[in-house]
Amino acid sequence: MALLQISEPGMSAAPHQHRLAVGIDLGTTNSLVATVRSGMSTVLQDNFGHSLLPSVVRYSPNGEVIVGHEAQAQQSADPINTIISVKRFMGRSLNDITDRAHIPYHFVDGSSTDATKGDTSRILQIQTRAGLKSPVEISAEILKALKARAEKSLGGELVGAVITVPAYFDDAQRQATKDAARLAGLNVLRLLNEPTAAAVAYGLDNASEGTFVIYDLGGGTFDVSILRLSKGVFEVLATNGDSALGGDDFDHRIYCWVLDKVRESNAQLAPLSEEDTRLLLTKARQAKEWLTDNFEAQIVCRLSNGIVVDVTLTAQQLVEITQHLVTKTLSPTRKAMRDASLTIEEINGVVLVGGATRMPHIRQAVEDYFKQEPLTNLDPDKVVALGAAIQANILVGNKNDADLLLLDVTPLSLGLETMGGLVEKVIQRNSTLPIARAQEFTTYKDGQTAMSIHVVQGERELVSDCRSLARFELRGIPPMVAGAARIRVTFTVDADGLLSVSAREQSTGIEAHIEVKPSYGLSEDEITTMLKSSFNSAEADKKARMLAEARVSAGAIISSVKIALDVDGNLLSDTEKQAIEAEIARLETIALKDDDTAIHAAVDALNHATEAFAAARMNASVSRALAGKNLEDINL
Amino acid sequence: MSQNYFALFGLSPAFDIELKTLESNYRKIQSESHPDRFVTASAAEKLASMQTATLANEAYQTLKYPANRAKYLLELNGVTAVSDSNTAMPMQFLMQQMEWREALEDARAAKDIATLEDLHHEMQAESKSLQANLSQFLDEKKDYATATEITRKLIFIDKVCADIYKAIEQLE
Repeated sequence: MALLQISEPGMSAAPHQHRLAVGIDLGTTNSLVATVRSGMSTVLQDNFGHSLLPSVVRYSPNGEVIVGHEAQAQQSADPINTIISVKRFMGRSLNDITDRAHIPYHFVDGSSTDATKGDTSRILQIQTRAGLKSPVEISAEILKALKARAEKSLGGELVGAVITVPAYFDDAQRQATKDAARLAGLNVLRLLNEPTAAAVAYGLDNASEGTFVIYDLGGGTFDVSILRLSKGVFEVLATNGDSALGGDDFDHRIYCWVLDKVRESNAQLAPLSEEDTRLLLTKARQAKEWLTDNFEAQIVCRLSNGIVVDVTLTAQQLVEITQHLVTKTLSPTRKAMRDASLTIEEINGVVLVGGATRMPHIRQAVEDYFKQEPLTNLDPDKVVALGAAIQANILVGNKNDADLLLLDVTPLSLGLETMGGLVEKVIQRNSTLPIARAQEFTTYKDGQTAMSIHVVQGERELVSDCRSLARFELRGIPPMVAGAARIRVTFTVDADGLLSVSAREQSTGIEAHIEVKPSYGLSEDEITTMLKSSFNSAEADKKARMLAEARVSAGAIISSVKIALDVDGNLLSDTEKQAIEAEIARLETIALKDDDTAIHAAVDALNHATEAFAAARMNASVSRALAGKNLEDINL
Repeated sequence: MSQNYFALFGLSPAFDIELKTLESNYRKIQSESHPDRFVTASAAEKLASMQTATLANEAYQTLKYPANRAKYLLELNGVTAVSDSNTAMPMQFLMQQMEWREALEDARAAKDIATLEDLHHEMQAESKSLQANLSQFLDEKKDYATATEITRKLIFIDKVCADIYKAIEQLE
């Protein structure tokens, strides 16, 4: 894995040290990779000049994994081993997939018995000829292909990537995406919400100021985000959506319509084979795309039982059979408007994102609702990747004077199960990230020494209507009468939108503490094992690589701390300074030895020794920003 | 309260604050502390970033919304505006409350979104006038007993507004 060089925030990297960073739009239908070159965000193409990589993975008979156009071409011939729209299954259990009768895969229910994970640990898997594959592994194949494309095109190893996710993705789906990226050997700089990425590309391109709506209908997901753009700050006011609604659903409606037509003349139509299902779905998608610029589309194909399908779908008919789907997008839109406390008159522009927004009746519905013509001057397929690349370029420090700041929100409320199966919300939806919130709970029985904590996500009042994220037990509570214990549960959502939860008993001196990061499908160990085996190298090589990586991280932190001491050493007393310098010297000595474990431990020690210094520097820089106000003087 | 959110944004503690200053100083703090600025930094620096950015968000949300701001200001002055043991409200307001609740229930039962929206506007007008009162009793008269009563009303109105939106969401 590529390691980051650590630079002083706000300080420039050496002029010729352009760090290779990319933005990746991991889409339901297509995926893209973009980068900033000579100040311009550009989508990277494959050898044939394709920008879009179809998000299709085929496990072929000879053991090869084929990704993209070639896999797409083979999907009708080998539907069981050719996975499309895998994004729909990310972080999902079998129960979540309601329309699986129409999906030609052999799903297998995950059977993790790990009690620390929530119900989502029953992550679904797909039986292929290459064995059981999780959506995380399948997505990792797409990401690997994009990584290879980028490294070939840019001529070097990537420092990191910004991966986009639908804003309405829940914690399980986000974690699954991050796991997939790590499995593909990518260093994830940030998970970025797709509509926010689009806003960055759009806003910077047009130097826009004001309040904008991003309406993003992709292949399998719908997001709507409302942002305020002002002097380089992109503040998300509200977001909403439906993580199971997209262009695929329109294809599916056409598919059903075609089947109905076929049944009119062939009453005894037997259930379709997997190959025929995929063939008809492909035809349905092509008809949908054709109808963007034409009045009617002819759907012609021969099914494996000899029946010839030959029907004509008009643009008007398409509107009729899919209008309910368009209407379905307006409800989240209204919710987002209400959450942002905005009226339609206050919206300065509406940006359309996602291939599905090419459909004229969607454009019309958006225009009717917002009473203004939507903006489509950036390619709706590319705008997300372009925005992600801009953010990646800033995050790795290629652009130091960046005024750009993204303030994003958590799309769904987070809470805990309380007595009676009710949800107590701890973090409300649309809270700006990062956020930490604590709530106190107590015991309900005398002498209770353990408490079960069940973390859920969603807006409904009943636990059974929300998504279960994790369960864990807090043990070692000192026996007390009911209601006397004070258990403080803290929820933290980081800038990737990922949650961690901790709990502690604090009415006595005794502390019980547990930290849980929900994990879906793959444990930390499993990822590490998969990554290590993928290096496919001899034991000695592995050791050498790990040692080299440890030394790089040691060198990075030493130079970073030294610079910090030079710049802000005056914030420390002589004793404090000497303590840090002693840790630096210790790490420098240990880094000369061939022991990566010891080096990592010394890096941790140096990090620990500089925590107070880092906090003091942070306060100082905030004070400077607020024009001379000194935080230490104001009783913080 | 060991932390003063007003001071964090360079403001004097008051109900009537310059929202523009609050907003611009919030952005300045986020510009310095947001985790996006520390993606390639050391673990110690990431921790400091996370702590400051989180504090700034919490403080901003508290001061931005009038009911939260009033509650916080009362807490700084040693008054707990909302607690389980102290929920007293004047009779007149209780009657008014019941009327609003009934109007909400009737409109919900009649699936009447327009009426629900009207009710929401009415509540917001009420909220505005309560806010004007708050600046008088909190900032000028420093009459915390009266301010506590108004704050409770404001919190109640916020709750009704949220319930109205919930009702509309369910009807749509």
